[in-house]
Amino acid sequence: MTDQNPPEGLVSVPHLLARNVQLYGNKPAYREKEFGIWQSWTWAETADEVEALALGLLDLGVNVGDHVAVIGRNRPALYWSMVAVQSVGAVPVPLYQDAVVEEMTYVLENCGARFAIAGDQEQVDKIIEAQETVHGIDHVIYYDTRGMRKYDHSEITSFTDIQNEGRAAKARLSKELNTRRDALGYDDTCVMLYTSGTTGRPKGVVLSNRNVIETSKNSSEFDHLSAGEETLAYLPMAWVGDFIFSIGQAYWSAFCVNCPESAETMNADLREIGPTYFFAPPAIFEGHLTQVMIRMEDASRFKRWMFSYFMEHAKTVGPRLLDGKPVGFKDRMLHRIGKYMVYGPLKNRLGMSRVRVGYTAGEAIGPELFDFYRSLGINLKQLYGQTEATVFITQQPDGEVRSDTVGVPSPGVELKIADNGEVFYRSPGTFVEYYQNPESTASTKDPEGWVATGDAGFIEETSGHLRIIDRIKDVSKMADGSMFAPKYIENKLKFYPNILEAVVFGASRDRCTAFINIDLTAVGNWAERNNIAYSSYQELSQHPQVLDTVLAHVNAVNESVSQDEMLAACQIHRFLVLHKELDADDGEMTRTRKVRRAVIAEKFNDLIDALYDGSDTIYTETEVTYEDGRKGKIKATLDIRDATVIAKTQVAA
Amino acid sequence: MNEAVMDKNAPYVTEDGRQIGGVMMDLRDITLRFGGVEAIKAISFDIREGEIRAIIGPNGAGKSSMLNVISGFYKPQEGEVYFRGQKRPPMKPYQVARQGVARTFQNIALFQGMSVLDNVMTGRMGHIKSNMLAQAIWAGKAQREENENREAVERIIDFLEIQAIRKTPVGRLPYGLKKRVELARALAAEPDLLLLDEPMAGMNVEEKEDMSRFILDVNDEFGTTIALIEHDMGVVMDLSDRVVVMDYGRKIGDGTPDEVRNNQEVIDAYLGVAHD
Repeated sequence: MTDQNPPEGLVSVPHLLARNVQLYGNKPAYREKEFGIWQSWTWAETADEVEALALGLLDLGVNVGDHVAVIGRNRPALYWSMVAVQSVGAVPVPLYQDAVVEEMTYVLENCGARFAIAGDQEQVDKIIEAQETVHGIDHVIYYDTRGMRKYDHSEITSFTDIQNEGRAAKARLSKELNTRRDALGYDDTCVMLYTSGTTGRPKGVVLSNRNVIETSKNSSEFDHLSAGEETLAYLPMAWVGDFIFSIGQAYWSAFCVNCPESAETMNADLREIGPTYFFAPPAIFEGHLTQVMIRMEDASRFKRWMFSYFMEHAKTVGPRLLDGKPVGFKDRMLHRIGKYMVYGPLKNRLGMSRVRVGYTAGEAIGPELFDFYRSLGINLKQLYGQTEATVFITQQPDGEVRSDTVGVPSPGVELKIADNGEVFYRSPGTFVEYYQNPESTASTKDPEGWVATGDAGFIEETSGHLRIIDRIKDVSKMADGSMFAPKYIENKLKFYPNILEAVVFGASRDRCTAFINIDLTAVGNWAERNNIAYSSYQELSQHPQVLDTVLAHVNAVNESVSQDEMLAACQIHRFLVLHKELDADDGEMTRTRKVRRAVIAEKFNDLIDALYDGSDTIYTETEVTYEDGRKGKIKATLDIRDATVIAKTQVAA
Repeated sequence: MNEAVMDKNAPYVTEDGRQIGGVMMDLRDITLRFGGVEAIKAISFDIREGEIRAIIGPNGAGKSSMLNVISGFYKPQEGEVYFRGQKRPPMKPYQVARQGVARTFQNIALFQGMSVLDNVMTGRMGHIKSNMLAQAIWAGKAQREENENREAVERIIDFLEIQAIRKTPVGRLPYGLKKRVELARALAAEPDLLLLDEPMAGMNVEEKEDMSRFILDVNDEFGTTIALIEHDMGVVMDLSDRVVVMDYGRKIGDGTPDEVRNNQEVIDAYLGVAHD
């Protein structure tokens, strides 16, 4: 495994770039919509841009092994930056662009970045603010020149200026650049990514060229990715998934990465590009489904009938067709009609007409949600992975897709389940170490290379697929000893378009309770149609009719949970609808939108007490952080509702 | 001549590093009457190259009338308008526009059924040189011209961050965005002097902050001179270099925000004092 040689001498991403120029020089490598038009760059042009920047970086004095922070939204220039940084032997460290200054300060300090490449003024401002405490940064490079004219340019330079200086210095520095590029080794650091960290401070995960290239090769072969694929790069560049999809696999397979015009135009850009290889966390699919449902509710009666009739049909037939299982003639014909009337236009609307391979990961996806997309004929699959594994641990092969498993081990990955149910893996993608944190490295990765995932799961004997139950620290027992798996219940709740987020409590308690976040888009639309006036999120969230709707959803979930013998005790007895959206800025969620249970339990402990002490309402004050970093308080009186619980004895009978 | 508050001909640099040049537009003893009503009474003030000039005052003070005089829509009975040192003869608004003056309106005057893009494109009218026939048959020059104009418009769309609504009919947009589209259309004309009639009326705090940032950015990036009417005193004081205060058609103050803030007559006008 670790003694494997690099394939065809391709030891690093810059080497892959050079190969792509030779094989696919005139094929588009990047597209970005700017000024309303898709601008594109071929592999040859990309290599030219990367080289100019790399020379400029040399001129600026970037040394081998320096860390260079890269911050901004997905743009070709920032992807080039990462490859240019690698070309000169330095290490790119992409940061989350929506991170607030304190988070950014911590990471910049921790990685000891000497240089930073920022997308625009907003990011530059954050870096400048961080420099009050971080003193290691020598120079900042920015891409978008807007608003930057008045800045003191002694330690700040624009991306184009750096490139121009690089081009001018080509004769002088190209030898040095070639030497540095040739010196790149298979076990040198490729990139350093910070984990979002559901617990504690983020840790810098060091991934080697070996990790990235082996993983990209294996996973590209697994799904037969070719140079003809199109993807949309819209997920945070600091996230390992984006690094692997938009750099690792894109350079290995030489496919085209498309960057949207802005975050708001994502859906329109998705439709225009029509990606063939698409990745999204469940939240994106949920968002799309919510929008479809809202629009259908506003549609004419006939359309509504047609939609529900054909969707019902698709649910029974669609997944079977996708898996190549036998389907009767009549069903097949009906499906064909449905394709023209409903599925085709809907897929087009979602921008998924051409999706050949679609993945979801990051969070468990609700089965109903998953089936909705599968039944439309979209080959949506699940994968299970983490930063420490360079994404891939398990994934679902075509034709073996189910909503309740995360698939078979990815090529080259070994799995084992510990006695307490925790999943361990070992693979060519297994990370090198946590940066300057040997204790954490040792506690996560044992000397033989096995890494603890922190998830509880088991391998299904019939299919060989891995099933994940929950985070091992979240799975616990209730007071009476029955199993408590909060995420399972939360995902069921979140399938309802009205519910954006749910947090279920019940560990060591005699019964379960829940916090609910309503989805402002869905509930707001409903309020508009029913002439319900509201002035704020808070007011809408406490509207009696909203509470009734949520109650109905909770009751339905309880009924479905009561069918499951193992989890019947997890039915929700009481719940409240939160007066604010759980937010990463307030530390309640991670940047990848995973709920931080400990933080929430501590912050809202008054509300949890109220859920258990039987009171009908509770007054609370909560601190919130605004987008510009200021803090404020919101006050609210929340209603607590009782849900219908189906008795256990009834189920047993 | 008017009572100049500073030496007119001395260019200077503001604290935040912007160049303020000489006088661009000079209004001398303007009087405007509607029948027996004197909307503007012998007002004089000037607008300098590169500055943000605010006109404030209570309701009915004559602010919008003043802006309409500048844009050529109203013709004052008395007084003279000097633009770039030349006395301006009575002109139609489109002629004024050709001289490089663009404006937005208090109560939004966009084409509701047209897309944002088409609305902003109308701002390029003054830049179209090819004749109607060439445009109708999409001949060489007209095509080239439209491409150039479209590119200019796209840069403004990018600048004002309205890419996501490019193809949306204006009628479907919320109020704050319509205001931004109107600004985009005015900018599309590449004006030297931009007149904004209550750009922030009816907006919430967040929208006001956005709009303020755009106004500052426009002034900074394009060097556009801006004259604006605004009610929100906080916004005016933060944004503008110099402020003219009007009340009942008279000018009661003129100077930097600080000077105006401490002017007793201005304080009276805003807090309310019995008029005779």
